[in-house]
Amino acid sequence: MSRLDETWADRPGWWGFLTTVDHKRIAARYIVTVVAMLFLAGMLALDMRLQLSAANGTRMGPQLYDESFSLHGSTMLFLVSVPVMEAMGIWLVPLMLGARNLAFPRLTAFSYWLYLGGVLMLWVPHALGITPDLGWFEYPPLSGPGYAPGHRADIWAQMITFTEVAALSASVNIAATILKMRPPGMTLARMPFFLWAMLIASLMTIFALPAVMLVTSMLIADRLVSTQFFTPAGGGDVLLFQHLFWFFGHPEVYIIFVPAVGFVSAIVEAFSRRPLFGHIAMVLSLLSISVLAFGLWVHHMFAVGLPRLGNDFYTAASMVIALPAGIQIFCWIATIGSGRPRFATPMLWVVGFIATFVIGGLSGVMVASAPLDLQLTDTYFVVAHFHYVLVGGAMFPLFGAFCYWYPKATGRMMSERWGIIAFVLIVGGFNLGFFPMHILGLEGMPRRVYTYGPEMGWDGLNLLATIGSTVSVLGGLVLVANALLSYWRGAPAGADPWGGPTLEWAAPSPPPPYNFEHTPVVTGVAPLWEHDDLPVMTGLKDDAREVLVTSVLDAIPLYRQHSPAPSIWPLLCALAVSAMFVGSIFTAWAILWGMVPIAVGLILWFWPVRGRATSGPLRARGQ
Amino acid sequence: MSARARRRVGDLSGLPESASGPRHLVWWGNIGFMLIEGTGFLLAAGVYLYLASQTPHWPPDGDALPALMWSGIFTIGLLASEIPNLWLLGRSRAKDVWALRYGTALMTILGIALAAVRWFELQHLGVRWDHDAYGSALWLLMVLHTTHVVTDLGDTAVLSVWLFTHEVGDDQFADVEDNANYWSFVVMAWLPIYILVYWVPRWM
Repeated sequence: MSRLDETWADRPGWWGFLTTVDHKRIAARYIVTVVAMLFLAGMLALDMRLQLSAANGTRMGPQLYDESFSLHGSTMLFLVSVPVMEAMGIWLVPLMLGARNLAFPRLTAFSYWLYLGGVLMLWVPHALGITPDLGWFEYPPLSGPGYAPGHRADIWAQMITFTEVAALSASVNIAATILKMRPPGMTLARMPFFLWAMLIASLMTIFALPAVMLVTSMLIADRLVSTQFFTPAGGGDVLLFQHLFWFFGHPEVYIIFVPAVGFVSAIVEAFSRRPLFGHIAMVLSLLSISVLAFGLWVHHMFAVGLPRLGNDFYTAASMVIALPAGIQIFCWIATIGSGRPRFATPMLWVVGFIATFVIGGLSGVMVASAPLDLQLTDTYFVVAHFHYVLVGGAMFPLFGAFCYWYPKATGRMMSERWGIIAFVLIVGGFNLGFFPMHILGLEGMPRRVYTYGPEMGWDGLNLLATIGSTVSVLGGLVLVANALLSYWRGAPAGADPWGGPTLEWAAPSPPPPYNFEHTPVVTGVAPLWEHDDLPVMTGLKDDAREVLVTSVLDAIPLYRQHSPAPSIWPLLCALAVSAMFVGSIFTAWAILWGMVPIAVGLILWFWPVRGRATSGPLRARGQ
Repeated sequence: MSARARRRVGDLSGLPESASGPRHLVWWGNIGFMLIEGTGFLLAAGVYLYLASQTPHWPPDGDALPALMWSGIFTIGLLASEIPNLWLLGRSRAKDVWALRYGTALMTILGIALAAVRWFELQHLGVRWDHDAYGSALWLLMVLHTTHVVTDLGDTAVLSVWLFTHEVGDDQFADVEDNANYWSFVVMAWLPIYILVYWVPRWM
């Protein structure tokens, strides 16, 4: 045991902090950063709600309001929702596989440092008074060189590049880990549903994110070196931006939602105390969602005047996705109904999720219809819809997951009482705050307006929305306070406080740096419910960092792979990449010259440490 | 509750410490990045075709067509480089240290020659990136592909220097294999781009 500890432990102090490649430490700092972002974006939301709580509000002018919703949306989508799902995968995937680390440990570190670069890219300029102000999707021509002088739009576009490189790095890492590092016996058919969800979300990321990187790079090129992609006078086309943005943007919603489906399934299974009902149907419906998600992007563009047939096709495709989503809901209900459910806090979040997400799904089917969408587009109905799907569909499962796995991560239980209080405040406040927005939208209140006149009659519902949002934010603070206090005061959790079915519950809480002393062997889809003890294989080295690599389909052990040690180079490379990204806002030459330190950094990162040559023309002298 | 009791059912210490091809972990990481970049290429090609569909003439009236000579030399050279590249791939699987050292050196020289030809090719595209959307789309494809050529050239050069100066282990055979696979990706990605950039405007 002590040798394993020595082999896998980080150096103490700052050096260990900066060089660690431990997936748990990196995931933890991802999550802490996300919580800070969630707090800031939540404060922005409250500020906007206060402005709108009465007619002719004077708290904000139009410019500040534009900046607030742009910063809120960009932060929530790019700095909270996607990264937090990657973070949960980074933390959980090796534990659920009984593995010692992710496939590419230094890439994990690089991913976090670049994500942090994205955070700073958006929020440091904001602190300096330079805030993007064109919404979270910055359409040209408004964001082009003609209408958006200065660097607000560039800052937004490069923030995207940072976070997308981070998410792509994490996704390749997670996908390779799930495909090649499953424990012996965990064939694809025996893979827990959460791992399916992370695999599918990672593959979706790999295919969707290049579109947004490409389109924001094209926007920067239009602004920096006068390319003509989006300028009609030069033969460009502004709708091209929208097509590429939504080719990413719609799958993005599912990149956020699919891991959430994984959380919900894991919680439902553990707290219903029976294997997931319809495991195969669930996997197939998730696969079909992931394919359909790439065929829906035009439904974000119904109002731009595309051919009728196009609108009809995308209306039909958008409605079809309700079928696999429905199958999942029914499978969860069947699991709960036929199990012995226990309604601890994580399970309450699942109930809150199902109720809220169904409402969001129904309003989604409504706006999937092109004629109705033409009426409702750019109104508060859409604001209500996407908050129901994203908060109800992704954040509620995330909070449930947080409560479910918190004891594993910290070794302490969270307070159930305060957990329930936070749940009631957040779910109650959310529904109180956002349901009235459906009605406001039907009454014609447009989104992205900084104020409205008293003659519109929107005051009452807006005030209600502000009260609800405030209650919800209070609930969020209770949740975070509960997590912080429980870290020191919570009851000791032990390895398996919930009687969970998957391998992470066989590791100590919190797991040691090497996660598992020996490699677990799996005989079913809910491995810990198969036996009272844990079948294991010995033989991985304890005096060198080693992980087991297995075959893709049947998880047959193939070889023992050396796992890279901590290194400062991922951080230094991320700094070099950051310098290039920031510089490229000002001059195209930064891209060329910025490549030099990046290349040096990458060479040193990957430089294998072995002895000098004893053969060949350049062998070491004296050999 | 402490961690549950363990029952030993097997031992992994007899397994090898390396593998090659799809059995190797890094091979899959390489595939992951090829998928990302391949998607980027496809979308860039989509941009080119989309912009072409929005214009009555492609290239727009007055724009010169991209010249065929340097691009032809580049394309033939690139295809020819696949021969030593595939040979190197085979030798790395056979764990031939001599071939690894001299093969990566040869691929570095070929890469430098191809990059030079590409430089001349870029001088003869007939239009600047800021002239119109056609020029922008054309340069987008060329810059994307050139970045890949230069990146893999850099990787090959560094690998070659390392191989000549260090004792070669199992991991380096896998490295050379991944590098060779990546060069094949760069070659394969070029063929549709070549047709799109040089021939589609002539056929439209």
